[in-house]
Formats: sequence, structure tokens, C-alpha cells
Amino acid sequence: MSMKVSSRQVDGVTIVDCSGRITLGEGSVILRDTVRDLLSKGNKKIVLNLAEVNYIDSSGIGELVSAFTTTKNQGGELKLLNLTKKVNDLLQITKLYTVFDVKDDEAAAVKSFK
Amino acid sequence: MAMTEQRVSYTLDSSLETIDRAEEKATHIATELGFPEEEVMQISMAVREGAVNAVLHGNAYAPDKKVTLAFEQTGSDLVITIRDQGKGMDLSKIPNPLAPENLMKTSGRGIFLMRSFMDVVEIRPSQTGTELKLIKHVRGPAGGKEASQ
Repeated sequence: MSMKVSSRQVDGVTIVDCSGRITLGEGSVILRDTVRDLLSKGNKKIVLNLAEVNYIDSSGIGELVSAFTTTKNQGGELKLLNLTKKVNDLLQITKLYTVFDVKDDEAAAVKSFK
Repeated sequence: MAMTEQRVSYTLDSSLETIDRAEEKATHIATELGFPEEEVMQISMAVREGAVNAVLHGNAYAPDKKVTLAFEQTGSDLVITIRDQGKGMDLSKIPNPLAPENLMKTSGRGIFLMRSFMDVVEIRPSQTGTELKLIKHVRGPAGGKEASQ
């Protein structure tokens, strides 16, 4: 299953619902293009909802880091929501779990933006 | 594809499709050998990362270069070998992805993940490029004597 994304607005925050696989190739490119497109349109409060992401490889992890850094460098914030166990475990062993702002409740994630 | 009773090998192009195919083969074989779901995921991800290294960093997508992938059950081990035809890699130049200065880098986690998921990871120069050996100890029903312990 390839990567699919859809975006929606909740109280000024863009929720990006992701599903499928974030891996080298199409999945990583779709995520990169989505975040860049949002930033270019001034949407700088971004939540990546990863509830339906069932697989991520090292390229996908790199893409999450890139999305986080790119957003931050443009004065925005990017948070992660609803990690599956696989993605959670990967962020733990790569020590990235504490780098990202990870939420497990959408309403709380939206409220957490300044 | 060449196949013996306990060994399967494939010769694959240097393409993105090869990476997906290698992962699929690893998932299938690890499942057939009776590894639990968690370890099947670990093996398939390690093979995927190894295939990424072979296709991207080794062969650099060169159409005239091949990746060979072999699965072998030896005793209580699943041994997976991935060879490329690239220039080889200098392991001493691969930074620790957990070091604070590397934590936010967007690449460089592949070998770390392989080492996290497999019991043995060996990387060495071969006659034609780089040879990666990944070993996972069989602990399930396919592990013979270990299964009764």
C-alpha cells in the first residue's frame, strides 16, 4: 500500500491524515511535497496524524526529521499524532521520540499550539 | 532465481522495485520459518535497509550493476546475504546516528536499524563490491533444538 495523505483544518491547525507506508521513493516524496506545499501557503501549524501509517523505513524517518526541521526553520511547528506501535518503537530506538512533540489526542494536539 | 533445499538466491536490478521485492521475500521467508510477527517485521526491515544501501549507495541505480540476495537456513540461524557491485563503503566514516550532533540528520540510520534488529550484521568488501550478511537466530518452531528449550 502506497502513501496517501489528506489535509483538513481544525481551529487554525492543519491536520494531515497519512496512511500507508512512508518509505524511500513515493511515500517520502508525498510527505515532503505535502509539508512544503502547506508551508508555502502559510500553514505553519501542522499535525501529522500517523494513525494509519503501518510501516516506515529509515528514509521515512529521515523525511519526518526533514519535515520537522523545515517547519521549524520557517517559524512553524510540526507535531506527530497517534503513532502506531511500529512507528513509536522506531522513534524510541532512534532517540527521536523526545525530539518530536508526540500527541495521542487530536483535540489536545490542536490546543497545544501557541 | 536459484533454489536448493535450504537456500534461495535472487539476482536483482538496481531499482526501487528491488528494495520492495527484497522486503517482500524476507517477510515471506521469515514467516515460513516460523518467526513471530515482531521478528518478521525486524527481519524484513533489516533486509529493506540492506537493499537500500546496495541499490542506492552501492550500485547507485546503475542499470548494468546487479544486487544479489540470498536466504539460507543454517542450523538455527537464518542467514541473509546481500551483495552489490559498488565501490564499497568505509565503515569508519559512518557516524553514530544517536550522537546529539547527528540526531537531526535526515539520513544515516540504515545500518543502525539493521544492527538493532538482527543478531549479527557483517559488512565487508567482496570481489565485486560490498557484501552484507544479516543473521537472525531462529527461536521458534523452525529452530530445531532451541524450540524445545
